[in-house]
Amino acid sequence: MSEPAVQPRRGYSVRTLPGFAVMAVFCFIALYAPIIILVVFSFNAGTSLAIWEGFSLRWYAQAAANEAVQEAAVRSLILASIAATVATVAATMAALATTRTRRFPGRTMIYALINQPLMVPEIVTAVALLIVFAWIKVATGHTSLIYLITAHTAFCIPFAYLPIRARLETMDYTLETAARDLYASPWNVFSRVTLPLMWPGIIAGYMLAFVISLDDVVITEFVKSAGQETLPTFMLGQLRRVVTPEINAISTVILAAGAILVSLFFWLSRGRK
Amino acid sequence: MTDASLHTGPAAGELEREAEQADNRSRWMLSTPAIVIICLAAAGPLMVMVLYSFLTPGDYGNVKWEFSTQAWVNTILQRDIFDDTLMWADAHLSIFWRSLSLSLITTVLTFVFGLPTAWFIATQPPGKKEFWLFLVTVPFWSNLLVRTIAIQELIRAEGVINNTLKFLRIIDEPIQMMFTDFAIAFGMTYVYLPLMVLPIYAAVDKLDFRLVEAAHDLYATRWRTFWRVILPLVKPGIIAGSILVFIPSLGAYVTPRVLGGGKNLMFGNLIELQFGQGRNWPLGAALSLMLMAAVMVALIWYVRVTSRERADV
Amino acid sequence: MKMVAGQELGTTGMAVNSDAVAEEPAVEARRISKIFQGETEVRALDDVSVSIRRNEFFTLLGPSGCGKTTLLRVIAGFEPPTMGALYLAGTDISRLPPNQRPVNTVFQNYALFPHMSVANNIAFGLEMLGKPKDEVRQTVDDMLRLVQMEALKTRRTSEISGGQQQRVALARALAPHPEVLLLDEPLSALDLKLRKEMQIELKRLQNETGITFVFVTHDQEEALTMSDRVAVMNAGKILQIGSPQEIYQHPAERFVANFIGESNFLDATLSGGTVDLKAGGRYDVTVPEGVAEGSVSVLVRPEHASVRSGPAGDGEMSGTIETVVYSGEATTLHLRLATGEPLKARSPNSPGEGTLPGQGEEAAVSIGAGAVTVLRD
Repeated sequence: MSEPAVQPRRGYSVRTLPGFAVMAVFCFIALYAPIIILVVFSFNAGTSLAIWEGFSLRWYAQAAANEAVQEAAVRSLILASIAATVATVAATMAALATTRTRRFPGRTMIYALINQPLMVPEIVTAVALLIVFAWIKVATGHTSLIYLITAHTAFCIPFAYLPIRARLETMDYTLETAARDLYASPWNVFSRVTLPLMWPGIIAGYMLAFVISLDDVVITEFVKSAGQETLPTFMLGQLRRVVTPEINAISTVILAAGAILVSLFFWLSRGRK
Repeated sequence: MTDASLHTGPAAGELEREAEQADNRSRWMLSTPAIVIICLAAAGPLMVMVLYSFLTPGDYGNVKWEFSTQAWVNTILQRDIFDDTLMWADAHLSIFWRSLSLSLITTVLTFVFGLPTAWFIATQPPGKKEFWLFLVTVPFWSNLLVRTIAIQELIRAEGVINNTLKFLRIIDEPIQMMFTDFAIAFGMTYVYLPLMVLPIYAAVDKLDFRLVEAAHDLYATRWRTFWRVILPLVKPGIIAGSILVFIPSLGAYVTPRVLGGGKNLMFGNLIELQFGQGRNWPLGAALSLMLMAAVMVALIWYVRVTSRERADV
Repeated sequence: MKMVAGQELGTTGMAVNSDAVAEEPAVEARRISKIFQGETEVRALDDVSVSIRRNEFFTLLGPSGCGKTTLLRVIAGFEPPTMGALYLAGTDISRLPPNQRPVNTVFQNYALFPHMSVANNIAFGLEMLGKPKDEVRQTVDDMLRLVQMEALKTRRTSEISGGQQQRVALARALAPHPEVLLLDEPLSALDLKLRKEMQIELKRLQNETGITFVFVTHDQEEALTMSDRVAVMNAGKILQIGSPQEIYQHPAERFVANFIGESNFLDATLSGGTVDLKAGGRYDVTVPEGVAEGSVSVLVRPEHASVRSGPAGDGEMSGTIETVVYSGEATTLHLRLATGEPLKARSPNSPGEGTLPGQGEEAAVSIGAGAVTVLRD
């Protein structure tokens, strides 16, 4: 802290606009207040979502003991792990194919296809999948998680693709040229040079895909067969009934998990500089 | 110098052609898994949906394999049950109108709140900038349903807002906010705000403040500088933010379902209805394609505007 | 220290028996063309033939975009030629991918692997060749000693200076003891002092290892300092190949003369073995192939023209001093000859007061015997 006398007076700055800072602070409060209230009431001892009756972990205990919640949580995690893994592998391959290249025939088409799930409203994709998968389910009688896994993988691909592609584009192609020059076979070039260098992008892509799969409600709601609730669809179903802070407890856990993953993502993408 | 007749190398262009073909082949092979999965579970089903929109609805959901254009007619028209005359499907039209107007309101509201926020972040000193940016990004990546639930708990009849107002004796009876258009607009503004802030932030961050100084130097007041210099320069960010908010608003499903209830339907909920109680899959398919077309129009408008802006620069 | 490691290593990969082909050139490019298709067709290499001798320091010199780097990339195998064939020690390697060519490259930006240590960078090529671990370790140590980098063995490549990176890049490319080492403007990123040091260093490494060096540069001084032979390139063609002396003293074309050193071009008439300068004077010359008798253009280097005050005598050219430029070790006089042609004359500065004519004075110019070169252009 400097002496008040030495501190220069804030002069005329072209960077300030009247009222903007107040608005911004209001926005930040508005962004976090609902979430904070939700988290606070997850620790409420009473059943109210608005009247504080003391601190308690009873709703967490109740949620943890609820078999439906347990099942949905496990299913969500399995689904997200498989979908994010497959999507990341596919996206990594596609990113290798579509970056650092001249215009090869079909490049625009491949690029458009990979980003297609981002262009179409989720509800539209959801009912389209409902139509097709209902037909397959009737035809084969098969109703495993495979439908959800396929659907989640498809919409996770563009999210995994973005950071991987961004990473690849900043990579110096002469490194791979140098490896080839030093007698590395195509596989060795990939495993010894390309892969280690693109690793942060792949991890970032995996985490984005994981978060996106974990958060999905719309497509899951339309694709799932009976008894295949994920945590978000379970919560959506619960909202029709009397809501207790148990929902808040589950929400808080989801928020915490998401915040950790996003922070990691930020940290990784900063580290690559 | 070697005699030309001794030349025994590959034919002209042969090596290049071989290299190019091998390159194309490997690029296509690498893209195959992603393409197959997306065709299977995203792009392909959309094609099937086109087919379904021209079929006849089954009695208990699904379809009968009979060609019909009835679904498309029914998107905007309906047949009177007494005298069989065609008339406007008012229920549908009002839902279209609600979707469009709420999406526009959401876009305007997110802009009004988002621009100052983006400006504030971009004018922070370098070390603090990342922190504020991070604060906007975290809600963006956190679960949409959870954020909608947070809003719901805030505006319920027994929610925090009503309870606080009652406690302060400003109201006696709770204000009915849930299941109104206001609730939907409020919720969508809340969940989509980061989508407006981020692109505007990127534009302000790139803004050359010497231009702003130049405007001040040339006797412009703060507000005239804002209107004449700053806004035109950050316009690309504003357009990008608007499209990023407008498109998901138009296709919103979760937020109107939770906050709007059974009466205040938006486009997405109308589509769902056809696959649920409505039992009219072809109509649902046709409505989905309409929604997709509307989104495409917005996207094409965006691409055209941005390419023109780029051409101007 | 003679390059021991390299001798022990022998040749790499599919190298050919060196006794049988001793007379074969190390690299021979036969009629190579490279056309880049784009919005406009670019002919980066236009029917280039060149043969590079064993153990030679060979330099490709030319302005940017002349095709010198493209030729290097064709030799390395990074770029397939549109036409033509490439021979390494007498074997056609046109179809070999870069990882099977016993040729290594020092890249312009060094291209050191940022995720590996200095030692691991140097070991990379040897590991890819499947050399036993002991041998790899031994060679890496030898290489580190060769480029005087032993102390930084375990450092990351991002933690060392540009000059040190340069040495690591050299060691990495030399470690597998290639038949040919390609160097793509490796000194361009260094500052002047370091560049001078590395020029001598490179020459020493070439002597010690006995490897054929093909060096690409746009810096004529660098080319003259280091090379056994220089090929001057422009617009995808090789204009002249020769020793630095030949290239400097007897450039074949106006472009070569202009690109290397400073030049005066004067109009003259050629008849028999002599030229008569339009501005005055008759000189014996060697006439290059393809130059007809009659009107020609000749080259005179500024340091070969001497100037004295006063009116021109017999066989001298008369002119007026327009500008005097002092540059430390020499003074350059810019003259306007009586014919209207400009001429630069440079003389070394001697201690004490100079006796050169001053600005505006009338002066007489004479040229030393053998200093007039007829150009083909």
